[in-house]
Amino acid sequence: MPGEAGVWVFIFGDMLIFALLFNVYVFYRAQDVELYRQSQMALDPAHGAVYTFLLLISSWFVVIAVRAARRGIDGMAPRLFAWALLCGVAFVVLKFFEYRGKVVSGITPTTNDFYMYYFILTGIHLLHVLIGIGVLAFMWRRLRARPSGPQDMVLIESGACYWHMVDLLWVVLFALLYLMS
Amino acid sequence: MRELLIHRSSTIWVLLMIATALSWWLGTGHRVAETPGNPAAWAGLMLIAFVKVRWILMDFMELRTAPLLLRLLFEAWVVAVCATIIVNYLIA
Repeated sequence: MPGEAGVWVFIFGDMLIFALLFNVYVFYRAQDVELYRQSQMALDPAHGAVYTFLLLISSWFVVIAVRAARRGIDGMAPRLFAWALLCGVAFVVLKFFEYRGKVVSGITPTTNDFYMYYFILTGIHLLHVLIGIGVLAFMWRRLRARPSGPQDMVLIESGACYWHMVDLLWVVLFALLYLMS
Repeated sequence: MRELLIHRSSTIWVLLMIATALSWWLGTGHRVAETPGNPAAWAGLMLIAFVKVRWILMDFMELRTAPLLLRLLFEAWVVAVCATIIVNYLIA
């Protein structure tokens, strides 16, 4: 099993909470499909796609970094974690501009039900991205400071799995919010 | 570097990128949007999303080779969440 058992408990718990949130959103969307459709038209699917590409590229760097660390190719893993981290930071910066654009054009969580869910769902996800950036920064520093030993692998795999979870939750949000109009 | 890249997860990553581009293409402009409320198209986009989710779980998070119980737990999550979302949508 990759990583710490406790991390899997956390990941599964987190995914259960998101499963509930996804279904609450779809349930309430069904009560007023036209309002949600109209509101969703204002979201640019291209933005959603760019976020997805960024997180997938980031996850890819992490996959290779874990493989490099396992093989003891020490110089490479921290560099790859740094690239993954940069993709995460780009995600946050773009999200900031997307939120800013919405607020400037008068759209806030109180505008209507769709935007309330849009801000809540993407906001909770963004919080996960910020925590993930912290995790990646920690792994980058740790691996840069000294060569990785077997005891580091559990830590590296745990952090990597958390980051992949952030990626997969976004994949669902992309489909639910940006594509399903 | 070469030995790090020649791996199943590399193929999966390429498939994930293609699936994202495909769902973006399907979900915008004059395709699904032109047929509002088309349940088949909607369910199709959702299925693509959950195939991607499963790839990330199995190949990036390495559940494919994890203990069976752990793997089944996450497989069940994928099936249950995908099914409830689609059913939730379709009964509306």
